[in-house]
Amino acid sequence: MDVGIAGYGAYVPRHRIKVEEIAKVWGADAPAYKKGLMLREKSVPTPDQDTITLSVEAARHAVRRAGVEPRRIGAIYIGSESHPYAVKPSGTVVAEALGMTPEVHCADFEFACKAGSEGMFVALSLARAEEMDYALAIGADTSQGAPGDALEYSASAGAAAFIMGRDRLVAVCEATYSFMTDTPDFWRREHQFYPRHAGRFTGEPAYFRHTAACARGLMEKSGTRPDDFRWAVFHQPNGKFPMRVAQELGFPRAKVEEGWLCPTLGNTYSGASPLGLTAVLDVAAPGDRILMVSYGSGSGSDGFIWRVTPRIEEVRDLAPRTRAQLEDHPVYIDYGTYAKFRGKIRKPCE
Amino acid sequence: MIGTARYWREIPQRYRYEAARCTACAHVAFPPRTLCAKCRGRAFEPCTLAGEGVVETFTVIRVAPAGYADEAPYAVGLIRLTDGVRLMAQVVDCDLARLAIGDRVRVEFRRIRQDGESGILCYGYKFVPAT
Amino acid sequence: MREVAVIGVGMNRWGELWEKSHRAIWTEAALEAVEDAGVDRVDAVYVGCMSGGLFVGQEHLGAMLAGELAMGPIPGVRVESACASGGLAFRQAYIAVASGAHDVVLASGVEKMTDVDGAAATYALSTAADQEYEGYHGVTFPGLYAMMARVHMHRYGTTRRQLADVAVKNHAHGTMNPLAQYRDPVTPEQVMESVLVADPLRVLDCSPITDGAAAVVLAPVELARRLARAPVVRVAASAHATDTIALADREDLAWLGSTARAAEQAYAQAGVGPSQLSFAEVHDCFTIAEVMVVEALGLADRGKGGEAASSGYTRLGGRVPVNASGGLKSKGHPVGATGVAQVREAVVQLRGQAGERQVRGARWGLTQNMGGTGASSVVHIFQGEGRR
Repeated sequence: MDVGIAGYGAYVPRHRIKVEEIAKVWGADAPAYKKGLMLREKSVPTPDQDTITLSVEAARHAVRRAGVEPRRIGAIYIGSESHPYAVKPSGTVVAEALGMTPEVHCADFEFACKAGSEGMFVALSLARAEEMDYALAIGADTSQGAPGDALEYSASAGAAAFIMGRDRLVAVCEATYSFMTDTPDFWRREHQFYPRHAGRFTGEPAYFRHTAACARGLMEKSGTRPDDFRWAVFHQPNGKFPMRVAQELGFPRAKVEEGWLCPTLGNTYSGASPLGLTAVLDVAAPGDRILMVSYGSGSGSDGFIWRVTPRIEEVRDLAPRTRAQLEDHPVYIDYGTYAKFRGKIRKPCE
Repeated sequence: MIGTARYWREIPQRYRYEAARCTACAHVAFPPRTLCAKCRGRAFEPCTLAGEGVVETFTVIRVAPAGYADEAPYAVGLIRLTDGVRLMAQVVDCDLARLAIGDRVRVEFRRIRQDGESGILCYGYKFVPAT
Repeated sequence: MREVAVIGVGMNRWGELWEKSHRAIWTEAALEAVEDAGVDRVDAVYVGCMSGGLFVGQEHLGAMLAGELAMGPIPGVRVESACASGGLAFRQAYIAVASGAHDVVLASGVEKMTDVDGAAATYALSTAADQEYEGYHGVTFPGLYAMMARVHMHRYGTTRRQLADVAVKNHAHGTMNPLAQYRDPVTPEQVMESVLVADPLRVLDCSPITDGAAAVVLAPVELARRLARAPVVRVAASAHATDTIALADREDLAWLGSTARAAEQAYAQAGVGPSQLSFAEVHDCFTIAEVMVVEALGLADRGKGGEAASSGYTRLGGRVPVNASGGLKSKGHPVGATGVAQVREAVVQLRGQAGERQVRGARWGLTQNMGGTGASSVVHIFQGEGRR
């Protein structure tokens, strides 16, 4: 019995800030940052956008492509490190907006940047177990980088949503694999506004070890090799890391570029590899195989192998494509506006 | 401050744009009402508002009421939806200097306000330029 | 129904009255009206107040303010209809006297608006709109009128300059009113270059935040003629109409249906038409409001309200002076008091006591007070009987 993606959707906010604009404020070397991070600009949410609103828009696109009645979707899992409430699920609002309630199982997930793929794994598993016809998984973030920190150049906003099921599939899941250890490379303590990270420790022992091990484990489990894939999507905390891990694993640049959104989108955290997947689904042909590996600090990776079905051609244009949103009239803002939008300006309490 | 129950009560309209169509005269009430404003009928069938429309008029709020000041300046307009219903909403992600009567817009889900630093977050519809 | 007259009027200097409390402001105006009427008691008190709760945290104003008069356990009624609270309080008092329920009644209005900051005042005023489907979306009153202005300009070609001319006219009138909040003239350029509040309306298109009160005493005409302390001013018509509270539900965004309806009824009651009016005091909470009100009252054709101020038709010395008092724009707009102050101005004009802003030969005067974006309108017509 096949299980997989019945509908997918993406949402990217319209506002952007360029690396130069941030570097100017902190006296940083913009060309060096752009080259080092392989990143030119990032998306910025407006004050009226948060993980919940991005999730609603992405999920509405997914519902349109799936063509299923929302009440038939039995679960909603939103993965994010920027749930607007510390206590109270994002999923309740999103499910209500979609018209899924009340017979719905709901949980918010958090696992740094892999919370979205966690939701995808659980939703897929419930569909496979025939607990429900469809389950909705969303990866969304409006992530924050501390002012002046390297993360400020990349932390951005976006969401991707997937309706998992057993029929109406646009992509069949052929295999999954997860790899996780306790590796504290990035964290945010309770009541803290900005996350902290362990500098260069976030690279080798964290991102590269887990992402590569997950990809290798997934290929070993499924008996596949890089040649078997038309496309590959990796978590993209910056532009450079996914390109390097792809090279290490033997995936040529051409297979990675379509889902490599980071240079103009930034790091959408829980939305990052899920958005890479929506961008690939926007262009993939029936029969194409896609390897997708997320990464979340703390640390772990979830890997998926997707095989695209002919239905993709029917549904692709029922909602806006990911790259079209990325390129659709971006509005560039200055650092002052960015600081205001992101709540970085301290004002008296009302 | 918006009370929790008061906010919660309007969720079907604010999240899902649920309206009521009079079974006697087909007039659409948004929000739903007890009596039809056109024919005083009492029987309605549920319907959902169209997600697109045109700007019939608008303003740019520069002096905002308490709770909205951080987002000023922002546009608020009356939107005539393609199904004929007219409603008031913010128009966002647009160039305020170029917004005009007759502009086509479509709905998006946004945060409308928050009750201070610790109160509930309030969501609903806003409109963005239809491209 | 008995014929009713206004036999006494009172109003204090309006403005930012930092030293004076809500009740002190009201009591000054009320006592002046009672003394002007020359009566030693009133049978009931009506108080128009939009939002004692939000502006000063005080409700139960009927009892509180009746108590201030120290006339014993007389009925005290608070009337609320947003910015039309004062006009409606007067109408309720009129009905009470006309019906015979009471003989001598004090109709009053008060608002103390400066005890809260600008954002809180903007919020308090915004509660006159539909809170769930207008206020929720962050709209303000200048914003609502700005939306109406944009339609009027788009459809009829009303110009930015014509709106400014309304402010210029009313400020010019206000220089002659010793009780007005802003007694300074303004130029069209000053209006058109003032700070944007809600496009296309600027701060000098808007009436100000004001502390103030006004009061009048009503009595049956028979009694008024017996007292005869001043020329008798008869209430020739009293009408009130409503419209949808939400602008989105209006048939026509550039037409004040409630004002037109109330005016039509008032003209019928009084047996006069707009061409017979000597003057009108209207609700110019924003410049566009006066433009639309003069159309609804029949003082200008539909779509031609913008020309009325610019051409001089509604200026003092023009065919029908509108807002000789300075209007809300210059006199100030303590929302609950405004409708009563309009009546006070009408009486002062019809008694011939308006000093340098006196409308010559004033015989018929109309007042129009409006709540929200015109969801309620109260229109009264007064006839001066001259000195007997």
